[in-house]
Amino acid sequence: MALSRAASSTPHANLLKPLAAAISSSSSFFRRSISTDTTPITVETSVPFTAHRCEAPSRTVETTGQELVGFFRLMALMRRAEIAADSLYKAKLIRGFCHLYDGQEAVAIGMEAAITKKDCIITAYRDHCTFLGRGGTLLEVFSELMGRQAGCSKGKGGSMHFYRKEAGFYGGHGIVGAQIPLGVGLAFAQKYNKDESVSFALYGDGAANQGQLFEALNMAALWDLPAILVCENNHYGMGTAEWRAAKSPSYYKRGDYVPGLKVDGMDALAVKQACKFAKEHALKNGPIILEMDTYRYHGHSMSDPGSTYRTRDEISGVRQERDPIERIRKLLLSLDLATEKELKDIEKEVRKEVDEAIAQAKESPMPDPSELFTNVYVKGYGVESFGPDRKEVRAVLP
Amino acid sequence: MFGVVRQKVSAGGSPLTILGQTLPFLRAVASPLRSYSSAAKEMTVRDALNSALDEEMSADPRVFLMGEEVGEYQGAYKISKGLLDKYGPDRVLDTPITEAGFTGIGVGAAYHGLKPVVEFMTFNFSMQAIDHIINSAAKSNYMSAGQLSVPIVFRGPNGAAAGVGAQHSQCYAAWYASCPGLKVLAPYSSEDARGLLKAAIRDPDPVVFLENELLYGESFPVSAEVLDSSFCLPIGKAKIEKEGKDVTITAFSKMVGLALQAADILAKEGINAEVINLRSIRPLDRATINASVRKTNRLVTVEEGFPQHGIGAEICTSVVEESFGYLDAPVERIAGADVPMPYAANLERTAVPQVEDIVRAAKRACYRSMPMAAAA
Repeated sequence: MALSRAASSTPHANLLKPLAAAISSSSSFFRRSISTDTTPITVETSVPFTAHRCEAPSRTVETTGQELVGFFRLMALMRRAEIAADSLYKAKLIRGFCHLYDGQEAVAIGMEAAITKKDCIITAYRDHCTFLGRGGTLLEVFSELMGRQAGCSKGKGGSMHFYRKEAGFYGGHGIVGAQIPLGVGLAFAQKYNKDESVSFALYGDGAANQGQLFEALNMAALWDLPAILVCENNHYGMGTAEWRAAKSPSYYKRGDYVPGLKVDGMDALAVKQACKFAKEHALKNGPIILEMDTYRYHGHSMSDPGSTYRTRDEISGVRQERDPIERIRKLLLSLDLATEKELKDIEKEVRKEVDEAIAQAKESPMPDPSELFTNVYVKGYGVESFGPDRKEVRAVLP
Repeated sequence: MFGVVRQKVSAGGSPLTILGQTLPFLRAVASPLRSYSSAAKEMTVRDALNSALDEEMSADPRVFLMGEEVGEYQGAYKISKGLLDKYGPDRVLDTPITEAGFTGIGVGAAYHGLKPVVEFMTFNFSMQAIDHIINSAAKSNYMSAGQLSVPIVFRGPNGAAAGVGAQHSQCYAAWYASCPGLKVLAPYSSEDARGLLKAAIRDPDPVVFLENELLYGESFPVSAEVLDSSFCLPIGKAKIEKEGKDVTITAFSKMVGLALQAADILAKEGINAEVINLRSIRPLDRATINASVRKTNRLVTVEEGFPQHGIGAEICTSVVEESFGYLDAPVERIAGADVPMPYAANLERTAVPQVEDIVRAAKRACYRSMPMAAAA
C-alpha cells in the first residue's frame, strides 16, 4: 500500500485509562517508545470504495500513529473479550444467547474514530464490542453476560441488551430488523432538536431483507433525516448464506433512491473514511447506506458451530488474508510506529485486563430478588405486581 | 377536489361512521343526569381529544404527533383538526401507510427523549407494529435497568365501529393490558378523554390509549375544572359512574354507556346497580372493583372484545381471589361473541353486547329476586 509519514514519536506519561481513552485523539497513550505521534499519516485503503448514487470518497485516509496504535489496542481488547466470553459460555457462566463479534472489530473501531458521543449508534444482538467502543467497560460487559449487579443493565438484560445512553449507544436489540426504524427514530429526534449529529443503525445481511427497513428508509428519505444505515455484511444470516436469502445481495444498492457505499469492513481505516463521509452526507442530504464487507469467525451464536454451512478453509482463509488486527499490526510494523515486541506486550496487557475484569465480574453478586419488580415502569403509581404465586409474592411498583 | 373531500368528511364523520348513524342501537347515549359536576358546557369526545392534544403540544415542545392523515387531512376522524396549521409539519407528521416503520421511528424518537403521540387509524393496524409496541417500547425500561425510558403514546379507535367487518372491529384491550411495561387506558366520556389523554402524554412510560370511533361524536357535560389546561386524571383509578348496592357492573369505553342504560332499566325493577367505568385497564383498579363487590356481593363484567382471556376474565378472577367470601352469586361476564365480526346488520347486532344482555346477566346475578334494601 502507498503511504507517507513524517517525524518521530515523542514520549508521554503512561496513563492507565479505560479503553475509551485509547481511541480518543485528545488523550495520550504511551508505553516506552510506542508511537504517540499525532503527525498526520496517509494510508490507502485495501480496496477502493464502490458507490451507488454518490461519489465515492478518496481511498487515501488520514490517520496518526497514535490513532493506529489505539486501533490495535482496542481491537485486541475486543478480540480477547469475545474469546473469553466463548470460554465463559462453555463453562456455563453465561447462559442463553451469546453472539460473538470476533472478526468484525474493524467496523466498531473505524466508526468510533469518525464520530462523537453525540452521534448515536444502535445495533442488534451482536453488541458487546459496539458497547465497548462507546466507552463501556469490560467489567460491565462480563458482569452483564453473567447476570450480575455490576452489569451495564444490572443483570436484567443479558448479552443482547447492552445500553449506554449517556454515550449515545441505544442497544442491544433481539428482534432482527427492529433496530432500523428505531435508529431512524433517533435520527428524527436529532433533527427535531437541531443537534447536528447523526445516527448509525447497524444490521446484518439477514436483516437487510426486512420490510421495516424499507419502510423506515422511505421515511428517512422523505423527511431528510440524518440516518446512516450500516449493513454489517458477514455473508451469513445465521446458517443461510447471503445468496440464498437475497435476490440482490448488493446491500449498498438496495436503498434504490438512497445512496450507498460498499466498504471493506475488515479495514478499520476504510470504515473510518466511510463513516466520516456518511456523516457529512447525512447531515446535508439525508439517509445513506453503508455496506461493510466483514466476517465473523464464530458461528451465529454459541449454539452454532459455524462450520456446517461454510468450510473451515473459508474461515481460516479470511483469518489469514483479511484479519483486521493483523492488518493494523502489519501497518504499524511497516511504518515503524511500533516493534513486534511492543505489540505483543499490548496483547499481553489486554489479556491481563480481560482476565482481571472477569475475576472482578465473578465477585459481583446476582441481583437482589426484589429487582424482579424494578424498572417495569418509570412511574408505577404504587400499583401491584405479582410473582408466579400471587398469594405468595406481590410487590408494589413505585 | 381536495376541498370537496374535506367538506364531505367533516360533515358526517368518516365514511366508516356513515353506517353508524343509521344503526342507533349501537350508539351509546350519555345521560346528563349522571354524577358529573354541575356544568353548563358540553363537549364532544372528538373535541375533548383535540383540545387535550393541542394543550399538551403547546405546553411541551417535545410532544409531536405522527400517523396516517393526521396532518393535511385533519385526521381520519378529525381528532387532530387544526393541529398542523398551529404547530407545523415538523410536529404534525403525515406518515406513509407503513405502521411497522413509523411506530419504530416513534419509539426511537422516544428513546432519544422526545414525546411522540403515534396514531393508528384503528388499532387493528397496530398489529403490523405490535413488535415495536411490546418489544421495543414496553420492555425497554426493564431490559436496560432504567436507562431507556419510552415516553410514548399509541392512540386511536379500538373495537367495533358499525358494519366494518371482521378485520376492522377487534378490541385490543386484553392483548395490550396483559403486557407488563405498558399502560392501557380507555376513556368513555369527554372528561375521561381529556383527562386521560393529558395524563398519557405526560406519563414517562409507553401508554396504549384506546378510543372508540362511535363515541367521537358523543357530547358530554364538562365542568370548568375539566376545561382547564392543567386538568389531568390519575392513571390506574376507576370511576364510579353510578353508585349502587345490589350488583357491580364494570365496563370501559362505549360499554359504559350501555351499562348505564342497563342500570336505568334495572332500577325500574328494583335492582340498584353500581356502574364502574374502569378508565384504566392496566393498571387495573382492583381496589375499587373489589371494594364495590364487597358492598354489592355480585359482579357483572362488560366488554366489547372477544370473551376468551378477556378483561372480564381478569376482573372475575381478581374478585374470586380477593373477595370470594363476599360473593353471593357466581361472577358473570358479558363480552363480544366468540366469532370474527360479521357484516350483516342482524348478525352484527348479535355479535356485540346489547343493553338487554347486561340487564339479563345482572338479574341472573341477583337470582331475579329483589334484595330487600333495593326497595328503599
